[in-house]
Amino acid sequence: MHSAISLSLSSPSPIARSSAVNDTCPSPPRSLRFCGLRREAFGAGASSAATSLRLTSSDSRSQHSNLNGVFAALKGSSSGFDYDLVIIGAGVGGHGAALHAVEKGLKTAIIEGDVVGGTCVNRGCVPSKALLAVSGRMRELQNEQHMKSFGLQVAAAGYDRQKVADHANNLASKIRGNLTNSMKALGVDILTGFGTILGPQKLKFGKGDSGDKIITAKDIIVATGSVPLVPKGIEVDGKTVITSDHALKLEFVPQWIAIVGSGYIGLEFSDVYTALGSEVTFVEALDQIMPGFDPEIGKLAQRVLVNPRKIDSYTGVFASKITPAKDGKPVQIELIDAKTKEPKETLEVDAALIATGRAPFTKGLGLENINVQTQRGFVPVDERMRVIDANGKFVPHLYCIGDANGKMMLAHAASAQGISVVEQVTGNAHVLNHLSIPAACFTHPEISMVGLTEPQAREKAEKEGFEVSIVKTSFKANTKALAENEGEGMAKLIYRPDNGEILGVHIFGLHAADLIHEASNAIAMGTLIQDIKFAVHAHPTLSEVLDELFKSAKVKLTAPKTVAQAVPV
Amino acid sequence: MASLSFSSSVSSSTPFLRPSAFLLSSRSARLPLVRAKIREIFMPALSSTMTEGKIVSWVKSEGDVLSKGEPVVVVESDKADMDVETFYDGILAAIVVNEGETAPVGAAIGLLAETEAEIAEARAKAAAQSPAAPPPVVEEPAPVAPKAEAPAPVAAATPGKLVATPFAKKLAKQHKVDISKLVGTGPFGRVTPEDVEKAAGIAPAPKANVSPAAAPVSPAAASPPKTAASYPEIPGAKVVPFTTMQAAVSRNMIESLAVPTFRVGYPIATDALDALYKKVKAKGVTMTALLAKAAAMALVQHPEVNATCKDGKSFTYNSSVNIAVAVAMDDGLITPVLQDADKLDLYLLSKKWKELVEKARAKQLQPQEYNSGTFTLSNLGMFGVDRFDAILPPGQGAIMAVGASKPTVVADKEGFFTVKNQMLVNVTADHRIIYGADLAAFLQTFAKIVQNPESLTM
Repeated sequence: MHSAISLSLSSPSPIARSSAVNDTCPSPPRSLRFCGLRREAFGAGASSAATSLRLTSSDSRSQHSNLNGVFAALKGSSSGFDYDLVIIGAGVGGHGAALHAVEKGLKTAIIEGDVVGGTCVNRGCVPSKALLAVSGRMRELQNEQHMKSFGLQVAAAGYDRQKVADHANNLASKIRGNLTNSMKALGVDILTGFGTILGPQKLKFGKGDSGDKIITAKDIIVATGSVPLVPKGIEVDGKTVITSDHALKLEFVPQWIAIVGSGYIGLEFSDVYTALGSEVTFVEALDQIMPGFDPEIGKLAQRVLVNPRKIDSYTGVFASKITPAKDGKPVQIELIDAKTKEPKETLEVDAALIATGRAPFTKGLGLENINVQTQRGFVPVDERMRVIDANGKFVPHLYCIGDANGKMMLAHAASAQGISVVEQVTGNAHVLNHLSIPAACFTHPEISMVGLTEPQAREKAEKEGFEVSIVKTSFKANTKALAENEGEGMAKLIYRPDNGEILGVHIFGLHAADLIHEASNAIAMGTLIQDIKFAVHAHPTLSEVLDELFKSAKVKLTAPKTVAQAVPV
Repeated sequence: MASLSFSSSVSSSTPFLRPSAFLLSSRSARLPLVRAKIREIFMPALSSTMTEGKIVSWVKSEGDVLSKGEPVVVVESDKADMDVETFYDGILAAIVVNEGETAPVGAAIGLLAETEAEIAEARAKAAAQSPAAPPPVVEEPAPVAPKAEAPAPVAAATPGKLVATPFAKKLAKQHKVDISKLVGTGPFGRVTPEDVEKAAGIAPAPKANVSPAAAPVSPAAASPPKTAASYPEIPGAKVVPFTTMQAAVSRNMIESLAVPTFRVGYPIATDALDALYKKVKAKGVTMTALLAKAAAMALVQHPEVNATCKDGKSFTYNSSVNIAVAVAMDDGLITPVLQDADKLDLYLLSKKWKELVEKARAKQLQPQEYNSGTFTLSNLGMFGVDRFDAILPPGQGAIMAVGASKPTVVADKEGFFTVKNQMLVNVTADHRIIYGADLAAFLQTFAKIVQNPESLTM
């Protein structure tokens, strides 16, 4: 679970954001404890609320820009601090929090020591999507059978490595520009330098020398993110032994690359490298590759994404020592048994990519000044992202979001956490339901998921004493998928047959990453299967894979339905 | 059971058969002498439209004990993937069709033994059934010991250093090449996919990672030609890449240059043949069938013309006479094969030919239906071509090019002129095994048969 690769980012712009003002307009959602708008909250008045929403949104937008003007003029905080909110780290999490804070009328600053955009935009999901877009096309063009099935004839496809690399780099710069402009346009102060917390509500920023400036803030959000984790014994030279940071620059395409770690990052890079002609060897410490996926999806993914490709794997082994290529020798990878620690084999490859995960980046943050001890590097927080100090007490007005707290290392999770914090500091109790946050792996085809895996659901069911049912649909039965000659894939729904609650949805297939949101929204809103199955899907679309999934679920409705009645919460 | 809930997506559109019902049938009834119960696991029909299925994965390995109702294998049909369960208790003795391979509905894909004692017998049976090449050299010491067919990531655990790339290992497994015996030519002495392909006797695939498609003409091997010299570019020219079929033809044509060939022509009067054709045409006999039959009958008398030179050192006399006939397709050329053309009568041969042509047009020919020819017939007579010469396809001894039958002024021994229908046939042959006199004698026999065609109908 790493933010670096697995997320896509909707390009944020002030316009796109301000439509989210809707959240704050009608009063019912505001009183909710969970971010999910429970269906009952709207109740019978839903339709009228919908019309009024549209009206108010235009109002609030104009009001909103007025507010910006006011703040720009005053350049001061209503709370007596320099800022209402200071965010340390301008990654996707910090950016999401900043935009929402401005919307809520807070005077906001964001501190960034490197470049705006953080890991996701500069060294993670964004440039990797550019490479994956190339690899997807390459794969398609190289698949003669696939092309012929469309009646297309294609001569041997080739690529220009530098131009592929430029595409990734240009995309990152563009998104970075969008992000910066969106914050500037809204009046967020972008402060350059490293941020250090000096005490409650007080921090400094700068290069760490005498030029540092001290500022105060009513609330502080730590959003410093993470860096690639390089285990002991591995010597990264940035050329033949690399992390995702280097790999995304695509400085060379090795003939044979070992990828240490077969999670999201490893899997996506295997997709890129094999499409560009490399052979790949996975080194995985666990007993099977692709741990963390629902086992059934993992099996299918292995069948489609690994077995037919030029990939082999070593499982249950650690790479105890990796030496970069030098003195005319290839990269050497010493493997030891993950359990017994006995030396096994030594691999000789052209390059090694370390994709073993990500480590939180909290160095120089000044956590010692407020008596906070990190746990395995992560900043301890509660479910509302409030930072907990060494004595188990909350540090007042200090929050930590994103990879730095390690709850869910995904860019959009960080952003959602940031929005949740802003809600809290502006007086709305809010808890983010992490089970409604989707995740995706952008291989060809894609993998996506939300909620629990089947083993997790079964474990929970055992504990809480409910029944779990599973239904699956195949992309082979979907018209649009067949039109694209992409019938390989499945969707899987894990649910409670007694009340129709969705526990988890897993998709493997064409555009799975885009398809998951119907399920994640349903989980966030608390929509039940017996209701969502009446929703209409355009035909023929891939979304019908989910439609069919919901329709084939069998819910035993014993209790009378309580849908029509509004239940105050 | 999981397989059934999974089916929900397809069951609405097709009548759905419970897979287990089709899974097993007892062999013991057919083999009364064998007391042991060895059951075949069949490829089930998972939908009404399914004709063949692909083994996605074996849930169980050889040697695993199975109990009734347990999923054994995952099968991919034209619609979905299904877990297939066993109907009997027993031991999975042998896997006949491996993961990733395809089998027609009803074919045995595995064998189930009732007791451990029968495993060896079942395996022997499996080995006999297995359509694939003989198993790799390494013999298992104790056939009773259950062998887990683990997808071993390590190809060879030899103490000496052996480095092979992932794709090389995959290819070695696929082509049953013992990778530990190969000498790597890649960087740092590693075994590359090319090394394995060379050892397996396969022409290296083009650089792209495209799976090699079945070549429509004989799949003999040779390295592809080096890239052609550059030609001056003519502006506005359109480049259309070869289809798989055209690429295969191109490959074969280049390969044919390695064979020393010569040609012998022969005029043959066809009045009798034309008369016979008129008579039997109504019964569905085609000219192609007549010519193929005539050639086959002549070949029986001249086995050297039906032979092949495989290695440049020996004759390979073919036991059957299989006449390949060139058929023009929209995008190339294919040579469906009339097998045992000497043994089948004209009517059967004509029927067979009709089927083959239909299959060829629908691109449904099985490999043995286009690559088992021992002699090729090419007829351009219908276009009015009076003579042409054909290129000898690699792997065969001779090819016959048949021109149009035309009224020709012929002088007989006494000097009388008559007008007779005559066609020119021209045979191209491999001079390593077929000499001029052989070919002349064959043509003489062929001409005799054509000029006295009554024997064709017998």
